[in-house]
Amino acid sequence: MGEKNLKNAGMKNIRKKNKTTALFLGALLIVAVVLELFISPTSSLAMLLTVLKKSSIYALVAVSMNLLNGFTGLFSLGQAGFMLLGAYTYAIFTIPAAERSSVYMYYDSAVNLSFPEVLETSLGGFGMVLGVLIALVLAGLAAAGIAYLIGLPVLRLKSDYLAIATLGFAEIIRAIFQWGKLGPVTNGSNPLKSYVRLKAFELNFGNLTISLSTFVLILLAMLCIGMIVLLVNSSYGRAFKAIREDEIAAEAMGINLYRHKQLAFCISSFFAGVGGAMLAMFANTVQANNFKAVMTYEILLIVVLGGIGSISGSCIAAVLFIFASEWWLRGLDSGTFLGINAPLIFRNGFRLVIFSLIIMAVVLFFRKGIMGDKELPYHIARLKERIKARHSTRKAKAGEQNG
Amino acid sequence: MAETVLRLDDITMQFGGVVAVDNLSLEVKKGEIVALIGPNGAGKTTAFNCITGVYEPTNGRVTLNDEIIAENYPKGKMKALYKGENNGRYAKSVYFTPDAITKRGIARTFQNIRLFKALTVFENVLIAKHMRAKQNVFSATFRLNAKEEKRMQKEAMQLLEAQNLAHLKEAIASSLPYGLQRRLEIARALATEPSLLLLDEPAAGMNPQETQELTAFIRRIREEYRLTIFMIEHHMDLVMKISERIYVIDFGKLISQGTAGEVQNDQRVIDAYLGVADDAEN
Repeated sequence: MGEKNLKNAGMKNIRKKNKTTALFLGALLIVAVVLELFISPTSSLAMLLTVLKKSSIYALVAVSMNLLNGFTGLFSLGQAGFMLLGAYTYAIFTIPAAERSSVYMYYDSAVNLSFPEVLETSLGGFGMVLGVLIALVLAGLAAAGIAYLIGLPVLRLKSDYLAIATLGFAEIIRAIFQWGKLGPVTNGSNPLKSYVRLKAFELNFGNLTISLSTFVLILLAMLCIGMIVLLVNSSYGRAFKAIREDEIAAEAMGINLYRHKQLAFCISSFFAGVGGAMLAMFANTVQANNFKAVMTYEILLIVVLGGIGSISGSCIAAVLFIFASEWWLRGLDSGTFLGINAPLIFRNGFRLVIFSLIIMAVVLFFRKGIMGDKELPYHIARLKERIKARHSTRKAKAGEQNG
Repeated sequence: MAETVLRLDDITMQFGGVVAVDNLSLEVKKGEIVALIGPNGAGKTTAFNCITGVYEPTNGRVTLNDEIIAENYPKGKMKALYKGENNGRYAKSVYFTPDAITKRGIARTFQNIRLFKALTVFENVLIAKHMRAKQNVFSATFRLNAKEEKRMQKEAMQLLEAQNLAHLKEAIASSLPYGLQRRLEIARALATEPSLLLLDEPAAGMNPQETQELTAFIRRIREEYRLTIFMIEHHMDLVMKISERIYVIDFGKLISQGTAGEVQNDQRVIDAYLGVADDAEN
């Protein structure tokens, strides 16, 4: 009887969880759609949507990097390379047949398969979405596959040496994708375009167009981050943390170092690949030249600012980083900054100095990043406790005065 | 006669020109508590590392329950450098990484405690359960292994309860007092479900009171988990009290073996520990 009750309670719990998730997603959808509807592209708030999209992508990639750097203790700097792989794979498999010849101007396109197009003809709008999803997964798999090959020699290295080796491989990937001989596939150093972008996610009701682009991107990022969270809290996640803490002890406890490192590396690269594909969806063109080491450094910066080993920290830092660098501080260049007329001295270029100063301040005052290696619920609980403590001491003081 | 669990044949470990373990042969029988003692730098921990796969021995063979878990002969650069004996007796080369050895049933603790410091006591033990689980990444990530996960957590909890650590479940491992850290390390080793437990100086840094508790503790876990225990120890009272047989090594070489009484009265052991008096020889 008691067991049955317990089971029922468990079921109720799960149902409750599902309900809150559904509610949350519904709210997100409504907010995103309302934002898209009511913010006109010409208003100063239009940046909000762009910045939200970009920060969700960066959050995903930062979390994927955190899985390696923060949870497994592997200092890898190959993220931009894997994003490039994902972006190209996604773009190549979603360019419609009719557009191929105009995209591959100097080459004969070798790949003539577009998943969204093929599936759309047979399944309609749903087929298009399915095609995009297939292309996204493929993008992740391509990155994970290459990561596996790179991991074979590289994962035997430790700390800084691993970082240098992965950085090198990322640069090699970039160089190979610009190589003329691979033109039929990668379009050489010319950009890929006309593939399925976020614009495709629009619902048309007569003359009312509802754009789902922000929602789609945030949803995708949350889905992927959710999977990483599940992984980190599973038995494998614990094994990764054991490797981070002490490799020798982890090995003595029966954890196969190489296999688990390879696993973390591939999974991290998978999500970096998906992030790259999302970046391709967000941008209008894909070009190998954009995936430089600087991109990896930006992501590393987000990871460090948010806290190495904190997933919510990476998400918060990604939002802050992108909002500040792409929106809030842009005003310094154009003249108005948060509604204040910026002094002339800031104009054109000084923004970067201010930005760097802010980063330095954050690093100085939050030694272990914004969140340390703890997650958001921990900080909220601590904050609550502190407020409670303050409240009770005040009460006690008041009681003393009364008495 | 009980069957042999662990057997070392002519194990030599040479680093460059230094012979750390020299032609060491010994065996540990089922259910025994055997100690390996010797002065500082005698090569005790190196011998342990050869057994657990941290090092690949230069020459010799290690057998666990009739399975060869390590065998090697001098090759490559070592061919010319080799200073040990029995060169040519072994022709195979077998090597397993430490995790594969642990899977075969040898668990160990470390001389300078190696816990997963930033993780909780519970997580420390739970991680050791990972090896025997049948899940894969997908089933673990998407919680399809709920039953197994529950079992792992339950077993880890039982281990903590048995070692009187349950109330510290959520404590961070590095915040524990020294003696408890030692005990946690042993509990973690037990979580890998070993048949042979190697303890590297379990009483290092303990006061007499703690040492006494440890003695009882080691005896108890041997009974409870039907273990064979092979340990390195410096605390002579612990060694003499608890071990059924003792091996003594000095400069990598086996110099004496036998029961506590036999070893204690062996002149070579006394010489190794106290040094040979010069005038005694004249």
